[in-house]
Formats: sequence, C-alpha cells, structure tokens
Amino acid sequence: MMASSYNAKEEDGHHHPGSVGSGGPGGVKSKKPDNTAFKQQRLPAWQPILTAGTVLPAFFMIGLIFIPIGIGLFVTSNNIKEFEIDYTGVDMSSPCFNCSQNYSWNSTSSCSCSVPFTLDQAFESNVFMYYGLSNFYQNHRRYVKSRDDSQLNGDKSSLLNPSKECEPYRTSDKKQIAPCGAIANSLFNDTLELFYIHPNGSRFAINLVKTGIAWWTDKHVKFRNPAGGDGNLSIVFQDTSKPVNWRKPVYELDPNDPDNNGFINEDLIVWMRTAALPTFRKLYRIIQKKKDNMTPTLPPGDYILEVTYSILTINVTPDYPVRSFDGRKRVILSTISWMGGKNPFLGIAYITVGSVCFFLGVVLLFIHHKYGNRNNNADIPN
Amino acid sequence: MACEKRQKFGRSMARETGETKSAKVKKHKRRKSKKETKTRTVHANILYDNTKGEDNPNRHYANNKIKTTKYTLLSFLPKNLFEQFHRFANVYFVFIALLNFVPVVNAFQPELALAPVVFILSVTAIKDLWEDYRRHRSDKEINHMDCLVYSRSEKRFVEKYWKEVRVGDFIRLRCNEILPADVLLLSSSDPDRLCHIETATLDGETNLKQRQVVRSFIDLDCEFDPIKYNSVIECEKPNNDLNRFRGYIIHRNGRRDGLYKDNLLLRGCTIRNTEEAVGIVIYAGHETKAMLNNNGPRYKRSKLERQMNVDVFWCVIILLVMCLFSAIGHGLWMFQYGDKRPVFDVLSPEGTELSPVVSAIYLFLTMIIVFQVLIPISLFVSIEIVKICQVYFIHQDLELYDEETDSQLQCRALNITEDLGQMQYIFSDKTGTLTENKMVFRRCTVAGVEYSHDANARRLAMYQELDSEEEDCTSHGGTLPRRDSVASHQSGKVVLRSQSTKSHRRTGSRAEAKRASILSKHTAFSSPMEKDITPDPQLMDKVNECSSQMEFMRFHSQSLKQIPPDLCDVFDFFIALTICNTVVVSSPNQPRQKVRRFELKSPVKTIEDFIKRFTPSRLTSGSNSSSSSSLTTNRSSSMKPGCSMLSSPSAESTLTRLNEEKRQEHDLHAFCPVPHNYEKTKAVAQDECELRYEAESPDEAALVYAARAYKCALVGRLPDQVTVELPHLGKLGFELLHTLGFDSTRKRMSVVVKHPLTEQITVYTKGADSVIMDLIRPATDDCKGKRQRKILYKTQNYLNLYAADGLRTLCIAKKVLSKEEYASWLQCHLEAETAIQRREELLFESALRLETNLQLLGATGIEDRLQDGVPETIASLRKAGLQIWVLTGDKQETAINIAYACKLLDPEEEIITLNADSQEACAVLLENSLHYIQAKFLCSPRPAPQPDYPSIHFSTASSGTSTPFLVHRLGLVIDGRTLAYALDKSLEDKFLAVARSCRSVLCCRSTPLQKSMVVKLVRNKLKVMTLAIGDGANDVSMIQVADVGVGISGQEGMQAVMASDFALPRFRYLQKLLLVHGHWCYSRLANMILYFFYKNAMFVALIFWYQFYCGFSGSAMVDQWYLIFFNLMFSAFPQLITGTLDKDVSAETLQELPQLYMSGQNSEEYKPYMFWMNMIDAFYQSLICFFIPYFAYVDSDVDLFTWGTPITTLALFTILLHLGIETKTWTWLNWVSIGFSIVLFFTVALFYSATCPTCFSSPSNTYWTMQKLLGDPLFYLLCVLTPVAALLPRYCYRACQGTLFPNPAHMGRQLDKLPVDMRRLFLSQSQMKLGSLGALFTPRTPFIPLCRPFYKDYMPRVTHPHMSGIKAKEKEKSPASPVPTKNLDLQDTPLSSKHSDNHFALNYRVPERLQACRQSSAGALSENSPLSPIIGSLPYTKDSRTGTLSSCLTSTPLLCQTEAPRSPSLGENLIDERSNQTSLLEQTQDGDCAPSPSCLQEHCLKTTFL
Repeated sequence: MMASSYNAKEEDGHHHPGSVGSGGPGGVKSKKPDNTAFKQQRLPAWQPILTAGTVLPAFFMIGLIFIPIGIGLFVTSNNIKEFEIDYTGVDMSSPCFNCSQNYSWNSTSSCSCSVPFTLDQAFESNVFMYYGLSNFYQNHRRYVKSRDDSQLNGDKSSLLNPSKECEPYRTSDKKQIAPCGAIANSLFNDTLELFYIHPNGSRFAINLVKTGIAWWTDKHVKFRNPAGGDGNLSIVFQDTSKPVNWRKPVYELDPNDPDNNGFINEDLIVWMRTAALPTFRKLYRIIQKKKDNMTPTLPPGDYILEVTYSILTINVTPDYPVRSFDGRKRVILSTISWMGGKNPFLGIAYITVGSVCFFLGVVLLFIHHKYGNRNNNADIPN
Repeated sequence: MACEKRQKFGRSMARETGETKSAKVKKHKRRKSKKETKTRTVHANILYDNTKGEDNPNRHYANNKIKTTKYTLLSFLPKNLFEQFHRFANVYFVFIALLNFVPVVNAFQPELALAPVVFILSVTAIKDLWEDYRRHRSDKEINHMDCLVYSRSEKRFVEKYWKEVRVGDFIRLRCNEILPADVLLLSSSDPDRLCHIETATLDGETNLKQRQVVRSFIDLDCEFDPIKYNSVIECEKPNNDLNRFRGYIIHRNGRRDGLYKDNLLLRGCTIRNTEEAVGIVIYAGHETKAMLNNNGPRYKRSKLERQMNVDVFWCVIILLVMCLFSAIGHGLWMFQYGDKRPVFDVLSPEGTELSPVVSAIYLFLTMIIVFQVLIPISLFVSIEIVKICQVYFIHQDLELYDEETDSQLQCRALNITEDLGQMQYIFSDKTGTLTENKMVFRRCTVAGVEYSHDANARRLAMYQELDSEEEDCTSHGGTLPRRDSVASHQSGKVVLRSQSTKSHRRTGSRAEAKRASILSKHTAFSSPMEKDITPDPQLMDKVNECSSQMEFMRFHSQSLKQIPPDLCDVFDFFIALTICNTVVVSSPNQPRQKVRRFELKSPVKTIEDFIKRFTPSRLTSGSNSSSSSSLTTNRSSSMKPGCSMLSSPSAESTLTRLNEEKRQEHDLHAFCPVPHNYEKTKAVAQDECELRYEAESPDEAALVYAARAYKCALVGRLPDQVTVELPHLGKLGFELLHTLGFDSTRKRMSVVVKHPLTEQITVYTKGADSVIMDLIRPATDDCKGKRQRKILYKTQNYLNLYAADGLRTLCIAKKVLSKEEYASWLQCHLEAETAIQRREELLFESALRLETNLQLLGATGIEDRLQDGVPETIASLRKAGLQIWVLTGDKQETAINIAYACKLLDPEEEIITLNADSQEACAVLLENSLHYIQAKFLCSPRPAPQPDYPSIHFSTASSGTSTPFLVHRLGLVIDGRTLAYALDKSLEDKFLAVARSCRSVLCCRSTPLQKSMVVKLVRNKLKVMTLAIGDGANDVSMIQVADVGVGISGQEGMQAVMASDFALPRFRYLQKLLLVHGHWCYSRLANMILYFFYKNAMFVALIFWYQFYCGFSGSAMVDQWYLIFFNLMFSAFPQLITGTLDKDVSAETLQELPQLYMSGQNSEEYKPYMFWMNMIDAFYQSLICFFIPYFAYVDSDVDLFTWGTPITTLALFTILLHLGIETKTWTWLNWVSIGFSIVLFFTVALFYSATCPTCFSSPSNTYWTMQKLLGDPLFYLLCVLTPVAALLPRYCYRACQGTLFPNPAHMGRQLDKLPVDMRRLFLSQSQMKLGSLGALFTPRTPFIPLCRPFYKDYMPRVTHPHMSGIKAKEKEKSPASPVPTKNLDLQDTPLSSKHSDNHFALNYRVPERLQACRQSSAGALSENSPLSPIIGSLPYTKDSRTGTLSSCLTSTPLLCQTEAPRSPSLGENLIDERSNQTSLLEQTQDGDCAPSPSCLQEHCLKTTFL
C-alpha cells in the first residue's frame, strides 16, 4: 500500500533550496524540457502517403524500366550456346551402360566409353566445359563441414592433425588423410576427353585447358601446398594417407605440372567449392578459342566424348558412382556472356515483373480515377 | 544542508530494492526466532556497554547499516546470471546455444552460437552492475551520515555514523535532522513534549505531524538522562505498516505504559520545529518501517505484450512444425537411399551409420538451432530499448510540463507505455483530479439562515476569469509580469499577499505561482484564493453583534444563555469551524517552526493561566516570535497537561479578568465603536497574515480561513488546547479534551472542548451532511424543538441547493454534555485509549457513542473549482471512444453537478439514477433499467440515417472482445450504498450490462474499496483496458487495480503518485498523454512487433525453403555469421528508429481528431489476423527472395555461399524496404539508419570475406565471395528485381488501402499534409458536423453528433413484460391503499429542473418502508413512527440520503413528447398513464406535501412525463 519507491520525492527534493524562501525561481534549475525538435518529436520529416494516386508513377516507372532490361537479358541469354551430354549410362543403349553398372568405388576393372554427339552450331569464343551432376547433395550439412581449410591452406600442423570435422575421413591406416574429409574423399574422378570427328573420319583431340578454372583467390590464397620438401610433394605428404576413395595420393593429381599438383590442383579446388544445389555443374576444362579468330572454337560437326573412369590410376577404374543416389552425369559445353551461362530465367522474370507492375499501374490508375477523387473531395470540403 | 541530505536520502531509499532487504531480514529472523517469539524486547545499550555485546539482549537485531546492493564482487557473476535465467527467453537461447556443443546436432560453430546470448546477457549484466555500483555508493553515503549517539563512557552524546547506530542506542536529534532509524521518542525540548516531523520522504505529505513523548516520560521535569533510563520496551516485530506501532514500556517499578504510533519517529522523516529530541532506537537498518516499505518498481505486462506473447507462442508452434517437417523430410530422404549410402551422406563422426529415424530425431534438434531466429532473441531487447526511448520522449514533452509546479509527467512504470494507447475505460476520481482540490469557502447557512456571500462569489469569478485570461495570454506567448500585476491588483490584499504563503497550485496568477513554487512545499492548501475570503456583510454584522453582546453579557456578568439562540448558533458555528479540525498553525517567516503562540511565555494550560498571561500588550508582541532561546527557560514553568485535563478553573475568575481587560479597551474606544472595530480588524489581519494553517485536508483549511475572515481566527493549537481569537473577546483558550479524528467510515470528526465562557463540555462535530443529518436530534421541549426542526428543514433545503450548485457540503453540529454524561463516556473512552488490543475498534465505538443527539448549527458550501481544461479533456477523451466513469466520495447532487460542469453528463442526455436500500431493491432496479434501456433503444427500429449525417450509427462498445454493445446517450448515477449491492456477485452482471450501455457513469459516495472493486469488475468482466486516475490516498487501491494507474501529483500527498504508473501534474495532460503519446507508443510498438515477427519469419523461411534442396539436412546457404548477426546488427537499427520515432499522425491532428485513438482501443494496429497476414507475407517474400536467385543460378557452377550471400543481401534489402513501406514519417534519422544498415552489411561482408581464408571453421568459408559478387552483374540484377517482386503485393495493398478503404489514421495523415488554414477549416467543419471524414470513424464510434438528438422521433416504450407485470401488480394493490398509491415523484431538485424539461421517474419501494413513507407523504407528521422517527417527524423527506425512504430510478429523457408518434397499442398505454399522472399531479398539489419530493409507491414502477 505504501510508497513503493521514492523516485517521486527524490525529484521533488530538488526544489528545496537551502534556505527556504530566499531563492527565487532563477536559483532553481527548472525541469522544463528543452524545446528542441528532436525532444519534442518535431523533426522535419517526409511523410509519404501511399494511395493509388501517389504510387502510380512508381509502378509505371518500374514497368518501363524492367521490361527493356528483361528483353535485353533474354536476348543475351538466348545468344549463349550450350550443349549438354548425359553420359550416366542408365539406358541399356547408352554407351556407358556397362561402365555405369560398375558403381563401386573399389571395383577393380577399368572402364571407358565414348559418347558421340553432334554440334549443330558453331561455338564461338571460349567454350567452357563443365561436368554436371544431379541429385548430388554437395550441400548436405555434414558433407559441407567435412573438410579442413587449414590443412588445405598448407598448414603443417593441420596436415598432420586435421580438424575433427573431417571425421570419419580423418585418418586411415593410422595415418592422417590429406586432404581429409568427405568432400575431398568424393572427388569427381571421371576423365573427360573431347574429340572432333573430322568429316573425313579422322579424330582430332581438342585441347582442354585445365588451369584457370578455379577462382584466382582459391588457387593462390586459400589453397596452398605445405611448405618444405624442396618442392617435392611426395616428401611433404609422406606421413599422410590418401583419401580412402582415391586411387592415388594428392601429390600425384597432376604430376606433370607442379603448379597444379597437390592441394593446388584446380580440379580439387573446384570440387572443394561445394555446390549450392543438388543439381550443379562444375567447370572442368576450358576450350580456348583459336588464335586465328577465323574458325570457331568448336565448329559444327560430330564429336566424341571419351569418358575414362580412371583418371587417377590405370589399374583401378571406378565409375563415379552416381547411381547409388539416382544421380545423373552430364557434360556441358557452353559459351558464356557477361552475365554468365545460359539462363533465360532472369530475362523472363524481369519482363514478368515489369509487366505485372505495368498492369497494376493501370489498375491503380483506374482505382485512382474512380475512387481517388472521392476521397480528395472528402478531404477538402469547399 | 538538510535538504541536500534529504535528497540524498530520498534517492538512496528509492534505490533500495526488495530482495536484498527481505533476504537480510529473513536471515535475522531466523536467528531471532530461537530467542524470541512474537515481540521484540529492547533494552538500553548503555547498560551493557562493558560486556561488548556478549549479553546485550539487543545484539540479534539488525544494526543500522544498510546494504541495498544485490551483489558483492564475488557473487556478482553467479548471482546475476542466476537472475537473468529467470527470464524464460534467456534460458531458451542458452539451451539452443548449448545444443550446438552436441556434435550430432550442432548447426553452427558452438562458440559463435553463444555469441548473441552472451552479448545480450552481458549487456544486461553491465547494466545491473552499474546500477548496483550506484546503489553501493549511495549506501555508503547514507551509512556515513552523522548523528548523535549517547556514549556510556563519555557520558554525553557523541557523533557517530549512521551505520554504527544500534538498536537500544539513545540518539539525540536536532531540528531539521533526518532520523537514522525508527526511534521511540523519550524526550523533546518542546514544552508540550511534542516532536514535529515531516514525513514527505515516506508518504509525500508535507504537513507537519506531531509525535508525542512516551507517556511516562512526559512528566520528566529535568532533562532526560539516559543513564537513569532502565526500562524495557516490548513492541511488535518489525513490520511495514507505517500507521501502526504497538507495544509497551515496562519500568523498573513494574509499571507498564502503552506505546502507540504517536510515539514512534520513523526513519527518513525530518525533525521540524523541535529544537532537540532524544529517543531510543527500536528498529534499525533494514528493519525500519521505511525500509520494509521499500518495494521495487512495479512490473506490469502490457496488453500488447500479452498479445505478443501469444504470437511468440505461435512462433514456437511454427518453429516446431517447420522442424518436424524437416525432420520427417530428412528421414524420408534418408530412407529413399535404402542401403545404398550416397557419398555425400557422411557418417557420424564415430563412423556409425545412422538409421533414418535416428537421423530425423537428431535433425529435429539441429533444425531448432537453425531456425532459432524465428523466436527473436533481439525482440525483447529491442522492445525494452524502444520503451525506454518512448518514456524519454514522454518525459521530454514540453506540453506535459507544468510550469507552475516545475514538474513534468513521470513515467514510473517503464513497460506499459503502449497501454496508454489502448485504454477503453477511464475511472476518475473527482476531487483533486477533475477539480483543483482547492477548496474555497463559498457560502454557508447558519441556524437556518443562508448567507449567500455574493461578494465572495464575485471574487472567485474574478479568479476564474484571470485564469482563463492567463491561459490565453500564455498560449499566445504573452508575458507573465503583466499578469502578475493584474492578479495582485485584483486579489485585493497586495500587502498581505507578499507576505502570505504561496501555493504551487492554481493561484490567481501563474507568474506568482511560479514564484511561489519554492514555498509551495511548506504550506499546502493556502493560495490567496483560498485564503482571502470576502465575508458576507450580513453574517459579519451578526458576528459583530454576537461578539459585542457577549462582551456585554460578560461585562454585566450575565449568563450567556441570554443571548438569542441564533446569535449563539453563529458564535458556536464559527467556534466549530475554527477548532473542529487538526490544523496546525505555523508562521511563514520561520517556516516549519511552530508558532509559540502570542507570547514568549509558556503555553497556556488552563484558563487561569491563560488569563494570568493575558496582557493588554499582546497585540504588540508579535506572533512571529518563536525564538528557540526562550524554550529552555519555559520548560520548567510549563505545567503538566495531565493535571490540566480535568481541572476546572472557576468561570467567574476567567470572566472577570477577561472583562477587566476588555473594559479597558472598550473604554478607550467607547465613543467610536466603528473605528475601534476597524482598527482592531486591521491589527488582527496583520497578526493573522503571518500565521499559516497546515491542514491535512483542504476542506479544513478552507473552513479555518473562512472563520478567520469573520475574525474568528485560530491562532494556536496544542494537543490539549486551542486558542481562538475573537473580535471583542480577544483570545480564548479552548481546553481540548479529545479529538476524534476523521475517518471515512464515520465521515465526520469531532472535538470535545471545554467552553471557556460557558464552562460546558461541548462537542463540536463536522462532517458530511448525510451522516450528520441522521445524528441530529432536535430538543424535546416544544419551543426549542420547533425551532431546531425548522433549522433542520431549512438547512436541508439549502444543502440541496448547495449540492445543486456543485458545492461540497459539510454540516456543523454541536452537543453540550453534562458532567455526568461526559464522565461516563470518558471512562469508556479512556479504557479504549489505553487498550492494547483492538484499540482502534474501541476508539471507533467510543466515537460513535459520543456523536449522537447533536444540535445542528449550520452548513457550509465549499467550492472546489474544476481544473483548467477538464471539460475539453473529457469531451475529447469521450470522442476518442473512452468511457469515463467518475468514482467519487462526494454526495450525489454535488457529483452530478460537477459532472455537468465538466461535461461528463450532457444536459441533453437521460440520466438513470440508481438508489436502492436493499439487495432486492437493487436487483429490481437494475432489471428495470436494463429493460428500460432495451425497450428504449433496442426494440425500436434504428433511426434512418439522416441525409446530413450519412454515417451515424450506433456504435459498438469499444471492448471488441464481446458481443457488440450499444452505448446510448444515457448517464448512470449510482450511490455508494446501491453500488455495494450492485457489486454483489449475483448482480454484478446486470449492473455491468446497465452501466456499459450508458455513456457515462457516476458513482457517488463510494469508498476506496468500492472504487477498486468497480475497476476490477469492469476490467475482469468486460475484458477491457482500464485506466484509473486519482490524486489521493483513497484512490490508491483503484490505481493499483487498474491496468494503468495515473496519479495526479497534487496536494493530497504522494500516495497516489507512489502507487501510480504515470504521474501527471494536471488532469488535462491526460489528453495528450493518451491521445498522442499513448497512440504513438501503441502504434509504434505494435508495428515494430509485427515487423519483428515478419522479419524473423521471412529470414528463417529462406533457410526452410533451402531444406528442400539439401536433403533436409539442416544446411544453410547463409553463412552462420550472417545468420546470427543478421538480426542483431544488420537489420536492427532502422526498426529501432522507426519504433521510436515513427508518427503515423501528427500530434496536432491526433488531438484535434480524438477519434483516431480508437484504432488503439480496438487493437487495430495489431490484430491476431495481422500476425498471420504478416507471416503469409513473410513466407511470400521469402519465397521470392529464395526462388528468384534459385532459378537464376539453377544448374550453374555456383557454390553454396556465392549463392547464399546474394540471398542474404536480397533479404536485407527486402526487409529494409518493407520497413520503408511501413514507415510513415521519414526523418533524417530513418535515412541514416537504413543507409547505415546497408553500409554496415557490406562493410562487414567485405571485411569478413577478405580477412582470413582459414580462420572461420568449416561451414563458413566465404573467402572472397562478396568481392566476387560485387563484380558480378547478375548480383545487381537480382538486387533490383527481387525486392521489387517481393514487396509488390504489400506496396500495392497499401496503395489500394490508402485509396479504397483508408483507415482513420490514413485520413489523419492526409490532413497533416494540408496547409494549416485548410486544415483548421476542415477540422472546424468536422467538429460541427461529422462530415465525410467522420464517416470513416463512425463505424466503431460511440461518438454521436451533439447537435441533434438522433432519437428525436422516438418515444420511450416501457413495454417490457416484466415492467407491465409490475404495473399490473401495482394496480391490483392500489385500491387497498388508503392514500393515493400513485404519487408523483417530483424529484424536483434544482438539478433536474435546471437540466431537463422532462422527467421520467421509475420508483420502486420496498414494502416495509411503506407505512412510514405514506405517512410522510400524506403530510402526517407523526413522530411515533417506529421505523423512521426522524423522517416521520420531519417536514421534508430525504429520499436518497436517508436511504430509508426510497430506492428510485430517475431518468430525465430528452423527449419532445408532442412530436412523438405512437403506435396504437403503445399509445393507449401512454395516454392512460398520462391521465394517471395528471391526476396525480393534482393530487399532490392538493395535498400538503406538494413541495416534498417524496416518492411513494408500493411495488410500483411508473413512467411519468411532466
């Protein structure tokens, strides 16, 4: 019942000057609040009122801007040439059927198959060769985590003592796995080669550039081989074990090119950048355009895609076992534009949103015309 | 110095919190409980000094060191954490963070997941630490204050720190010192053995309180010597009741003396007017009453928060559903692979394979972590921040600042600001809340003669004008000094004023008030307006005549009985006004020093003594001489009051001596009586003006000032004597035998005095007319009795008149006791006084015994002016849809008139008056009024909307929760007694049904308890938001019960303020507080909460959609850092700014269009469906934000975070733009905050992506992502497209809403945009008639245009079967009745005649009363009616007041009967009734009782049209 707090009195207390009756109001500090715009909540403000009338221009503007952008994007996207070859080998007719049946990681037989295809149109400029996987959940939570960036960054201690996140792909045969983790373990290991069948029947191997496919920063900053061993990676990695699914250790990924070997192998780097969605493609090779600029990079005609299921070791050739998860394997040849690969969606989206805005603008115009005036009249009586 | 100290003290007290204290007390109690049982025994410490406490019996009591800190250095962390974990939200978030440490389920890096929780916990901890440190510092300061403690070794009082004071110590207190502990007063330098204290820090009351030395020490002649003290005190254990202290002191000789609260000085009070006092410490430190009373701040949960919690609960459900969905999805996903383990399905760290089911269970927990953001951790923190800002802005509002008192609004409860915007019912006190509580004596009636005090009325009118002029002037920026001069001039006594005390309340001039505000604390209730009463010349003459006659009588040694009775009554009347109170007299030039009467010598204890000291030179020996030096010398000569109590000095000697003195004077002026008078009054005036009256209630002060105006001035008050200065007679000392204080049950107070002139023991009683009138018993002998009955009758009439004028009425009565009567009463009374148990009850009974058979002297009418702006405030609050109930303790007529004055009741509306005197009667009345209302308003077809007012509907009651209820243009008036019945369980529903359909309700004569019961009833039954506003202690319970309690920081102490959530200086500020700040707070917070839910849902949903593409594995494409800090950093600031500053409508418009307030009442900003709408919108937006990037990147080489980061960015843009759509006012702060958010996000993202490729462990690996994205045109394309697509529906909806179905706030905003003059024009038009804008408000509006009654064409149809049943019954009975059964109830109070042309009365009578009523109605004034002798014997009838007569339901409709179209069936009925009534009218006029407003019908219910 009684006073619960003395705040109130405390404030009153301020007004007792020392000697009662002597001090005038000047002597007492007034509690009068400051008359500032902020304290009185009178800051100058812009007060938009959303009515059909006021938002009309915005809708038309959006429509007018979006539709051209959309058309531009759509056209750009359509100019991109893209060719896709599925070599999963699910069908009996598929050349890779036999190989695909052999889905175990540990199967011993080597297998390769040739997939013929025909390009109707010439591919100008650089052609990017991707491999595409479907239903491969590289974004699975535990999978994504299963790596050790420090190890990949060439950290010596991490090399010999990888992060716990790599479990259960951390050690094998009491040796530490390098690179550890499930991501590295499941490295895509099909070898893809491309041949152009000259109309005269002869096969020309197309030069596939295997560097420059990873992000520059990944290759030069994020991924590094451990120091030491005078450049001899086999010494550096001597105390480690290869990932269980691999046929060969990490320092033999590209023995010919020391700048593309070990952790800085670009195929590994590309693989390690986990895809966002279960159906994804990853850059595999780049077919650089001819120097002469006269002939297209890939002239129209017949081609053969040679899929070798054994890039790492000659004697052991597992198919990349997509069949265990109903996955598909594809090879995609694509040119790119300033906005990336072929994707008409964005253009369509822009056109759609633009049209919707325009349509809504018309609707609002109607509403404004029909009902807006009523309110205005109501607002301002003559 | 003292003030500074006091401030510090007050501050420290404020900081003390309940917990530590209670813990401490508990500790001590535990220890003590072994030793003692129910009481505390206190010995003097000096007896035990040698043994250093070993056998000091006081050693177990708490010492005076206070420690209000919660923590020590060591205990801070555990204790603080423990306290924080009392909040459920914190536990939840910690639980989730800890889940991350379990490897199988973890979603984030565990340390990172802890970050937000740790952040929030540490912010709170730092705040607590700071507060605790401040508490510690103030404790230290207080503990080291000095006081004088008696030291055994040094045999004197030595300075010690407060903390060293122990129970049983003797301390010496000097003037203006603060008491360090609860002290039993043993000695005082005051000759009367009194000690004055000021209890402002405890209860805010600034008047002085007297405390008495313990009885057994009163007689001590010499200085109190602690060494000689060897008594033992036994008293109660420490408790927090400030008004109770009981115990006794046992002396060595075995004598026991009782101890009462009057003996106890409480810690925190300040000693005033007393040079020195000595006492023994009884309770110290945390066991003092002040500390035990110190509760922490109030915690209330607002309606919005309750609603929010429901939605938080829904969020939990949504969260669980989403988690469950994901878990099941994951299980199925796992299941589809069967035994073929895909490579990406990584085994658990242990390398074991998990079955789909186990996986799903683990995943469920993981998902809870991932989706935790859905339950917004930052919401609670944000709300607190926003509320603090809101409170800050409310505090800063210049318009809520009262210049006069230099006080602004105080928010005492920090967490219910938004409730202010949702109020539906206001329960207001009347006195001091609606009115100034500045009682001004207005007129009086003495012995049946009315003195209208016209001059006084004119004077008051002048003040009124002045005030309004002042208002205009200040509002237009006028200067104050000019006002000042005007005011001084007009108020007349310029000289007087400069010397007189100023009040901080509404004085004549504001400037003056400002000047006076310094002094304000020192004398309450004494503005010039209250003091300078212009006497009525007629009465003045009478007083003079009376005095001179008395003088003459005395001169001729004649018995005073020869004076004509009316003069005698006048004399007694003024004596009663002067002495029947508890006013303390003090002098202004030495504030807080009690005036030592008019001479320097010792106080007068007996009349001989008085005469002995009465010298002709008294006038020159000024009253301002309270020099303290004289006190010590006086002490020895002072006599023991105990002896003087019953001593009866010889009347002769008194008179002769007086006469001698008088004669001298008289001789001097024998030939010039007028100048004599004149001079004398002048002298007296000067004498008086230096006296201040400190009254506990304003009424008392007003009456004393009134008496002073008639030269009957109170000049001194002691516990046993009152000195009055009278014209001609000079100063008279009245021996004060007893004071029976005022209490709300008795509603009166009495003093028992020994009349110095007649030597009779006289009781003067002053009280509410309702109670006093019942106690009047006219003398039995014919002549006197007749006269007294006449007086009674006349006075009653005048009382009615006063009430009709809205004056507060008090009756003054007296009673002369014979010695024997007195002796017998005294015996009982003394027994009661000395009783240790049930003392209060016994005293109460004793008072009741004394206050009987009184003789009426007269009555006073005191005006209590309305505060400025009250009618306007009420009108606009009502327009805002608030139901206003006034609960007052005043009498019905007064209340009704004030209600009319403040526009609470409209003269055009009907009033239903409920007065019942039994439960059954009340039930029937309620039933009938309910039927009446239904019949009148519901059965009749609605009036067709008139073309002018296309929008007028009956409104639904604002409650919104229950069935729509109609609020009619009805007023309900109910008195306290009926209210008591109506609040009974069986009737409360009916009462509510009636009350809620009335536009205004007025409860009169209600007790504090009833007030709180009414509030509770309405709050609980109607489920509405209630606000209670009041200023006095009697409103405290109501304030505490209501959802929001508002205290007016007025004159009646601070109790109401202490109990309140908001304290206002004036009632009219309520308008801005509710309409503007309440509205803003509500709409801001509601929008912010909704936005929060939306924001979190939208963000979480993004991750949810992703689960479909990651095998429901709980993976997130948004990096965990973004995920965790998104809410905390990136999107936090703009919403805080908007939540704090957004104004949907400007303050001016909100005040000009109170209708806008209804959006809050109906919770329109935050309705349950809105939560779901927001959720749906959130899901839609997240779908857009997810799938546009999804399709843009599908089947590309995009990696997890290069895809996820744009989504985060898009979400941020969308969320900010969404806020932009919802923001109504854009100040630079909004722009800055939004810009800051975006910049912050990109800065953090760039920095984070650039720093360290390996620092952030595995899932987060966004190295160089942002940089890469910024180089990608696709990213920009997405940033443009997605927010537009996501916000399209909302934007479009808002635009359409703005045009097609704008809500009132929308219109208000449009109005804001109009140029000022246009706006004014429009507003003025909308005030006059509800134009098209009004149309927008009306669907929910109880606002009905004032100009034209809408039910003009309707007749009241009292056709309900029940009613007609009663009628039938009545008809059956009527022939048997000897007197006319249908008796017209004239109810001809001035009120009704004033305010209504038509009356409509429903009367109901309980059978038992019939006989008596009939008798009185027939004019048979038989005195032998057994049931109600008084009523029977009186020539008038008090219908509602006595309660014996009637229970009547009155209403005054505004009906133009002539216009009324009648349906045939009804018409008959009506005509029939009308003829009946006409005949009744004749009958009543024929009979003698025509003027008697009595109602006499047996079980009859009549409708009467005059």
